[in-house]
Amino acid sequence: MRNWIEKQRYIIDFTISSLLRRKVKNFGLLALYTLIVFILASTMFFTYAIKKEASLILKGAPEIVVQKIVAGRHDLFPASYIETIKSIRGVASVESRLWGYYYDSLVSANYTLLTPPSSDAAKPSAKTTVVESESGGQSARPLYELNGAVLEPGTLIIGNGVARLRNIGKDDYMPFRAFDGKVMNFRIAGVLSSQSELVSSDLMLITGEDFRKLFGIDQSHVTDLTVAVNNPSEVEMVASKIKKHLPDARPIIRDEILRTYDSIFNWRGGMMIVIFSAAVLAFVIFAWDKASGLSAGERREIGILKAVGWETSDVIQMKFWEGAVVSLTAFFSGVILAYVHVFFTGSIVFEPALKGWSSLYPNFELTPFVNLEQLTTLFFLTVVPYTVATIVPIWRAATIDPDSAMRFTGE
Amino acid sequence: MILHPTVIANLLAAYIGSGMVLYAVFYGVQILRHWDIQSGHELQLVLERKTYLISTLLSYVFGLQLLSLFLYIFTADSLTPLFVGAMCAAGTLNVDGFGYPTLVLKIFSFILAGLWLVLNYADNQGYDYPLIKKKYLLLAFIAPFIILETILESAYFLNMEADVITSCCGSLFSSERVTGIGSEIASMPALPMMWIFYSAMSGTLLCGIFFYLKGLGGYLYAALSLLMFLVSLVSIVSFISLYIYELPTHHCPFCIIMEDYSYIGYLLYMLLFGAVVSGLGVGALLPFRQVESLQAMLGGFIRKLALASVILYAAFTALVSYEIVSSSLVIAYEVVY
Repeated sequence: MRNWIEKQRYIIDFTISSLLRRKVKNFGLLALYTLIVFILASTMFFTYAIKKEASLILKGAPEIVVQKIVAGRHDLFPASYIETIKSIRGVASVESRLWGYYYDSLVSANYTLLTPPSSDAAKPSAKTTVVESESGGQSARPLYELNGAVLEPGTLIIGNGVARLRNIGKDDYMPFRAFDGKVMNFRIAGVLSSQSELVSSDLMLITGEDFRKLFGIDQSHVTDLTVAVNNPSEVEMVASKIKKHLPDARPIIRDEILRTYDSIFNWRGGMMIVIFSAAVLAFVIFAWDKASGLSAGERREIGILKAVGWETSDVIQMKFWEGAVVSLTAFFSGVILAYVHVFFTGSIVFEPALKGWSSLYPNFELTPFVNLEQLTTLFFLTVVPYTVATIVPIWRAATIDPDSAMRFTGE
Repeated sequence: MILHPTVIANLLAAYIGSGMVLYAVFYGVQILRHWDIQSGHELQLVLERKTYLISTLLSYVFGLQLLSLFLYIFTADSLTPLFVGAMCAAGTLNVDGFGYPTLVLKIFSFILAGLWLVLNYADNQGYDYPLIKKKYLLLAFIAPFIILETILESAYFLNMEADVITSCCGSLFSSERVTGIGSEIASMPALPMMWIFYSAMSGTLLCGIFFYLKGLGGYLYAALSLLMFLVSLVSIVSFISLYIYELPTHHCPFCIIMEDYSYIGYLLYMLLFGAVVSGLGVGALLPFRQVESLQAMLGGFIRKLALASVILYAAFTALVSYEIVSSSLVIAYEVVY
């Protein structure tokens, strides 16, 4: 065993010095390899971090959301349905929600207007009110944080993105055009904290009365309902009962939202990788070419090695270590660069492609999230193809006869 | 199909692996047909060189096979949230009929590839390639399994459909699933299984040590090590996992390789795979002890293999015992559900 380790050490030693002797050729390969790893790693880190973020936020979402569907489209929800749902066994509480979008033609952006659950607005003394569903537990992110602001009729609490876009802050006024064309002026009572900006960037909190006045919704309707269920294993049953009692309702379970988000981000990430696979393929061809196009010097070197007693398997081992050194250096530097790129510089290169477009952009920093799965996947997508592409050229180089190798290069 | 980066990586590994095996088999068949060590013909020289290529290829395939076995389970686990009722890899593998067969084939072909490498190593020790025909016969035997595995794996991933929200309501009601996917794994009762595991293990270890010292009962040890491998797998499902999860109802053999259990499963499975490959290697090499060019070294190599297998099994048992002793779970009576 000891001998074996010593032998490998000498071979690695020899390999590294021979790599350093041909700096330009090897650094070119290394740079390209690193770039490929960097691109793929950035894509993966970004999608996984966003997925993680979304799942943390959704953990705090209500168990069931019930909407009304008319002709296949989302419609206002009749308040009279609430009692029917409350009477279903297993339902802990039913909360109605008022929310909608408002298009601001001045800055051509859509705002999300939301009436916070009644309990929050009635807590003027709290310094920071964290609005979070109880079922979320410790790990869930708060949907938004009121920095001590109090929501009164005639006021708004706005998200960071809105504040930035319109360049307004606390105690400024913001005009809205109501459904009937009248202008309504709201005072800004506060700005939401920036921690939850990924979801609250375009958010505006408004009182229920103002919301109804702004959009012309009468008291007998709400936007949709959230239903809390005590026992998690009963959620599906409750949802199917809602569907049975109210055929025009559309219950959506939290798990389904999670699943759908997961699929979307998986798909985006996978799509990017399929696109980049062309680049990986080009790189593999390049690596193949590099490995098979031995220079005269290299041929002579292998010839001399074999002449002084190296066996074919030793040369293959040397080449294996060469590949390992190059691959691991490129892999780790690519991964580290991608980590810096995604989590410290906000992935400047890919942001537009992966995030989608909007004039109201959230500014947020992703929480670093890297696991073994991502690294293994990356390894399979980069190192494995490289290694395979070089096997045959390596073998070809290793089986050169010493005499022909040396004679060939005597030109 | 689910276009997940890890799924792409899995399929890529499978295609590359079977591509390499096909390439190797192509030359393997030529070697089987035309090999003649006495001949100085050009073809013979080419074939002698090709053996280096094939053994390099297959060591890569072997490594790839081991990595992709774990990646496969990892993928199944990370796809869990996409399916109704799936709690972990056990449920995801059950999404369609191809999940578990692929897994079984992966383990099977991994062991065969390991045996091939053992045979290859022994063959390279002799100056006249004494085992070359057997080696390539074995390769021709392995290849269809690896190809079949690739086909099944593709079918598994391509057939997957995530349960996402549909436009009328949640997918739950539209697709009329009877129940969720059964993510429970049937298992043997824990306490009797524990007895079986420990008595079988001590028998195997004793037999291995006896073989190492006296050189007798090699075939018995090879058979026992294969049996022990199966017993260990059943034991993991039956009681080892319970102690690791500290939960008397969770029998999953896959969750132990996850981060939540500090990746302990990798160590367990590696020890187990290493033990069975070297143990079976003993049986595979025994018939060739009388071959002239191998006589000098083969006996020593077989004994080393047996020792390695015994040590790996012992380490596995030690690790399992440590997990059981340090676990806060105490199984006083059987939980029936």
